[in-house]
Amino acid sequence: MSQSATETLSATGSFTPEVFAAHLASVSHLPAWWLDRKREAWDRFNRLPLPKRTDEFWRFATLSGLRLDGFSLPGSVPAGSLGHSPIGIVKSGKLVFANNRLVASEPISAELVKQGVIFETLQNALLHHGDLVKAHLLAHAPKLGSEKFTALHTALLNDGAFIYLPKGIELADPLAVFHYAASPGAAVFPHTLVIAEQNARATVVDFFRSADAGTHFACGRNDLIASHGAQLTYVAAQTWSRETLSFQSNSTVARRDARVTSLNLHLGGRQSRHESHSQLAAPGAHSEMLALTVAHGSQEFDQRTLQIHQAPHTSSNLLYKNALLDQAKTIFSGLIVVDPDAQKTDAYQSNRNLMLSDEAEANSLPGLEIQANDVRCTHGATSSRIDPEQEFYLQARGIAKEAADELLIFGFFEEVLSKLDHQTLHDSLRDLIKSKIKKL
Amino acid sequence: MSDVTETESLEPPIADTADNPVSGIDQTAGNFSYKMDYEFDAGTGLSEKTVRYISSVKKEAPWILEFRLNALKQFLAKPMPTHWATKDLENINFDKIRYYLSSGQKPKRTWDEVPDDIKKTFERLGIPEHERKFLAGVEAQFDSEAAYSNIKDIVSKQGVIFVNSTEGLREHPELFRKFFGKVIPTGDNKFSALNSAVFSGGSFIYVPKGVKVAQPLQAYFRINAENFGQFERTLIIADEGAEVVYMEGCTAPKFSTSTLHSAVVELVALKGAKIQYITVQNWANNVFNLVTKRGVAHEEAEIKWIDCNIGSRLTMKYPGVVLKGRKARGEVISIALANDGQHQDTGAKMIHAADETTSNIVAKSISVGQGRSTYRGVVHIPKHLKGCKNNTECDALLISPNSRTDTYPAITVRGDRNSVQHEASVSKVSEEQIFYMQQRGLTEGQAMSLSVNGFINDLARQFPMEYSVELKRLIDLEMEGSVG
Repeated sequence: MSQSATETLSATGSFTPEVFAAHLASVSHLPAWWLDRKREAWDRFNRLPLPKRTDEFWRFATLSGLRLDGFSLPGSVPAGSLGHSPIGIVKSGKLVFANNRLVASEPISAELVKQGVIFETLQNALLHHGDLVKAHLLAHAPKLGSEKFTALHTALLNDGAFIYLPKGIELADPLAVFHYAASPGAAVFPHTLVIAEQNARATVVDFFRSADAGTHFACGRNDLIASHGAQLTYVAAQTWSRETLSFQSNSTVARRDARVTSLNLHLGGRQSRHESHSQLAAPGAHSEMLALTVAHGSQEFDQRTLQIHQAPHTSSNLLYKNALLDQAKTIFSGLIVVDPDAQKTDAYQSNRNLMLSDEAEANSLPGLEIQANDVRCTHGATSSRIDPEQEFYLQARGIAKEAADELLIFGFFEEVLSKLDHQTLHDSLRDLIKSKIKKL
Repeated sequence: MSDVTETESLEPPIADTADNPVSGIDQTAGNFSYKMDYEFDAGTGLSEKTVRYISSVKKEAPWILEFRLNALKQFLAKPMPTHWATKDLENINFDKIRYYLSSGQKPKRTWDEVPDDIKKTFERLGIPEHERKFLAGVEAQFDSEAAYSNIKDIVSKQGVIFVNSTEGLREHPELFRKFFGKVIPTGDNKFSALNSAVFSGGSFIYVPKGVKVAQPLQAYFRINAENFGQFERTLIIADEGAEVVYMEGCTAPKFSTSTLHSAVVELVALKGAKIQYITVQNWANNVFNLVTKRGVAHEEAEIKWIDCNIGSRLTMKYPGVVLKGRKARGEVISIALANDGQHQDTGAKMIHAADETTSNIVAKSISVGQGRSTYRGVVHIPKHLKGCKNNTECDALLISPNSRTDTYPAITVRGDRNSVQHEASVSKVSEEQIFYMQQRGLTEGQAMSLSVNGFINDLARQFPMEYSVELKRLIDLEMEGSVG
């Protein structure tokens, strides 16, 4: 850290032309349009500089941590080596990726297949559902500062999950996708593409995990498209190793009367950046953007969000909660944009930081850009410690201080978790948070 | 807007070339074409020569010249802050600006040449006749010398020093040099560097220990003795336990021959002192108003900025308080009104640097027509402080369908012994309210004015009476054209 302030980081690091050429050769069987897009993205990645200090989208971020050296595109690993254990969620299907390749799966029922649900790898989808993929895969350019990393993701994306939910389908249980980084120095590029047709309803969960405590590089993305009246719940639970540098970006499009809820749980990584981008494209669209972060040690979590209201009568609600311990640092930068014609917009944005250490640092940049007058937009940001009165109340009833604090911390998170209506999913996320806090 | 060339045909309008470097906007508002004779004129453009010229006219000590030259270097080296600020800044043509004009201004405009709508505004605001002429630039000075020396006499009995920047640095270097350029370093930003290179005018005030200045000190009186402060420099020092209120500007529209105004205002409140600084800004809407204002509050001291921005094309101003001593307190009360062609980019900075310091920011903005108002704020609570508190509230009111508002706060908190809260809301005037008032016989315009005045009422009350009365009338005026 001390010496890195003066040294210049390589803008491309381990990602050399040879690495790209080898990757391109390995996916040469995929459609030509996709390979062209990859080449174009590769050029963009090389052309774009690393974020600079004067870059508003990277304000407060530790730029010296964006080191792209020391990583490689990893080889395949057997599924048995992952230490993959059941997580107690009742699910409709499962895909497990390790080091950018599918290593295990639990297919969806024949019934669902018959109804037209597609749940398979992106490579297969590129080959068999090319038009669908072409229309939606990485269709929206990033607007929050990660152009370079999105270009890298596009260039080196090998495989991911493809989920297609036909008109009117309702899945009772979630579809789960696991993305592992499974060898030291592994660079992984997870991707999940979800297309929900009219009035479809489903829950999709991405788990991001490290199979070892090594240094990993993760550069992922998910594209969520909710057509008219669709109801999509998307959960991402990130538990990368403590040495991981991670970038994850999300693009959500909600069409007429669609409702998308996304919940991001951030627990792992050394330095993690998450960009979330919701477009409310037609009247009646609603986006619920939720996030929970437990930051400890010297972890840095950098979350940037954009709520774009492009049509009248749309609504969005954002609630990002961070609990900060030790010397951890969080950045929340949110922006609500209301386009000139998006009258009757109802947008809300809230960032709550729970300060649990005297050395932690919370940065909040809650922003608004409003260009229509008949709207209701509010935002709020607070940073404070556990309420001493609440603590006292519990202690007065015979609960030890430590137990009382734990209860209050879970209470802090429960407001967000309770928005999930799938019981086993809710419980497993709570357990993930609990296991991190217990370890501290 | 009346066409000036109809009444004024003898002299070629020099303002077109020298004084209005900005193209592509409606410049008729401040575009008075009259010939000026200045006793000292540094010409257009900025170079070392300009700076040396200003310094020699002012007969300054060598250290001040050095300070100016160093500032010029920093100004030239610094890029425009357009990576976060509006690109409109790129329209400033520094080569076409006059950086120094001294006293001796004898405008040759007559009252008949003042556009009718401006006369009407004066009338509606209830500005006294002699002040109207002065404000319209017909008279370079109205009868203010007397008022100024009167106030100066009263306060000097208490040991208060109230002079302009040139006099302050020349006559009282022992008092002012220590703090001059210390609260806002030259290189703080591009425009503070510009001001440091070419400053003239402004007020230097020293209030001795324990002295409570009974009446507000008004720049309104002082500045007239010189030109309007284009690059004014103000430094106010309140010694231990002293109290002072300072006011600058006025609610009536001000017309200026220059399109760039860039002031630096530094406040120092020593232990237990209180400074209140009140600004009402109403430049013509071709003016870039780029101002740096900051105060340092020592132990148990209090600095309060009350800031109201109505005029200008672009205002960028974020009054700040560095809370340096235990239990220091900082406050910013801000009102902004942006109409067509205007961008009010205002806000506040609160830098906590000691335990138990508290700060409060209340900002309200109103956007009318195509107007744009922006709130930018910084709240910074660094490591190992305890008991610090900040409260920020920003409310924006949007009047017309395409009015625009932005909010960009940045809040950094370290540690678990401090608390901050920030809240912002955006809304429009309630249709029900308007309907209710119209039902009771008010016109839509009257109802709108009443509603908007209600929105800022709690802040407007903090202004001195005559200001808040004028503010109310001004809002009535602005609202008139905005409905139906």
